[in-house]
Amino acid sequence: MIATQAKRAHAQERIATTVLRMAAGFVILAMALLLIYLATEGLKLFVVDHFSVFAFLFSGDYQPDTHPGAAIYIVGSLSVTLFAICIGGPFGIAVGIFLSELAPLRMSQILKPAIDVMVGIPSVVYGWLGLQLLVPLIRNTTGSPGFGLLAAGIVLSIMILPTVITLSEDAFRSLSPTLKEGSLALGATRWQTIVRVLLPSASSGLTVALILGIARAVGETLAVQLVIGNASQFPHGLLNPTSTLPTEIVQDLGGAAQGSMLEHALFSMAFLLLLIAMSLILIVRFALRKRA
Amino acid sequence: MTRNAALAALLVGLALVAPQVALADTSITLQGSTALLPLIKDAASIYQQAHPDVKIAVSGGGSGTGINLVAAKAIDVGNSDILAPAHPELVDHKVCVIGFAVIANPNVGVKNLSKKQIQEVFGGKVTNWKEVGGIDQKITVVNRPRSSGTRAVFTKTLMGSVTATETGLTEDATGTVVDVVAKTPGAVSYAALSGTRGKGLLELSIDGNAPSDENIYDGKYPVWSYEHMFTNGPPSADVSRFIAFVTSNSALVKKDGYLLIREMKVKEIDR
Repeated sequence: MIATQAKRAHAQERIATTVLRMAAGFVILAMALLLIYLATEGLKLFVVDHFSVFAFLFSGDYQPDTHPGAAIYIVGSLSVTLFAICIGGPFGIAVGIFLSELAPLRMSQILKPAIDVMVGIPSVVYGWLGLQLLVPLIRNTTGSPGFGLLAAGIVLSIMILPTVITLSEDAFRSLSPTLKEGSLALGATRWQTIVRVLLPSASSGLTVALILGIARAVGETLAVQLVIGNASQFPHGLLNPTSTLPTEIVQDLGGAAQGSMLEHALFSMAFLLLLIAMSLILIVRFALRKRA
Repeated sequence: MTRNAALAALLVGLALVAPQVALADTSITLQGSTALLPLIKDAASIYQQAHPDVKIAVSGGGSGTGINLVAAKAIDVGNSDILAPAHPELVDHKVCVIGFAVIANPNVGVKNLSKKQIQEVFGGKVTNWKEVGGIDQKITVVNRPRSSGTRAVFTKTLMGSVTATETGLTEDATGTVVDVVAKTPGAVSYAALSGTRGKGLLELSIDGNAPSDENIYDGKYPVWSYEHMFTNGPPSADVSRFIAFVTSNSALVKKDGYLLIREMKVKEIDR
């Protein structure tokens, strides 16, 4: 009787291990296939169509079927991301400090679920709200069309907030309590403790928070596409309509015939986005290792 | 253990039965031109009422998208404002004629533009409405994406060799364009008449000719094209019946703001 039970437990264990192992293997396989596929398709522009990598990265002349220079979209992506992190970054870190150091229990019990809800709101909702509220507001106050870098930057600043807040709060909470207690015991005020002791000690964790915020911003497509104006021009002001790498991919995808130069160019843009995301993750790993 | 086995059996059973349930109905998928979308949508809802066993799924995406998807056999019918010379395997079913209006925000103070002025406005040479007789207001050009059939027709019939400026906005559906032009001061764009009429927009006359049905039938107003429904090879009987229903329904075609092919006094190549 006992022997059969033990045998059964063993069998269950074996099955469970195999299933879990297969799941893990599948993730690695899917990731590898994605990378290989994007790389082969993304390099066709340079290998098959003989378009120069230099022109792709640095030329602002975007002629889909003859000369797809992507510099406009690269600059567009960098500009909105920079804008978003400059507004959303400090703001998010400030809320993170508040939540970990100052907020009364009752308050953080309300704030934390609210932040979780912010993560769950689909990006089309953010974009739609931007289109309905933000674009008319900018249009009426500035006399510009309203679509452009400013609108996209503000929408993105809000969208990256939950990421930055949650991760910076974690960064502060993971600090040893002796740091804070020591500082307070030496007679430092709460503000002095935060600025001179906690912020520098949490810097690698905060870097991670900011970089994952950047990663969120750089890949956002739909919300940005709705408010940025989708013009193929360099942004030479906050009120200028422009485009980013993901919005241009969406915009041109439908018209790209299979095997055309345009399709190859869009794959190259997607591959470039993947490379950006991967390097951001590598930086995060590096920062985390430093902390450990 | 037995419960799990029962659950698994149930799931497998469902997986086997589900496709057969879906197959009992005929389904037709159409995608492409947002200029033709209102007609196809109306036709589909009437057709489905008469034929409850047929499920019709219609969506936009642009003419280029429709052509590419039907060429890849991902959908049954690709709707398009333009021909598909790159895809000889596609069979063309002409539906109707559609007119396109050059539309502007109602406050710009201009009712008519010459073809040359339109080229200057959309080419970016003229940047303020006062230069073409309107109020002192910056012009915001709203373009369609490159895969748009509406943009192709507009370029072919009005712009000629002049390239459109990229300094304005780009919006990817007729409905969005109409909305943006109505709300943005100084905005100008182009869109299918089926989407612009009755929306409170300014439909500009070109060289003195308003975009009326008569002017298009007579050939005085140049911005129009045939609407096409493309199938990959000859259509199946079910798809063929729906296409015939759309193309033969003159009353619906007229009601939704399109024009009848048989009443055209000019041919497409005459322009």
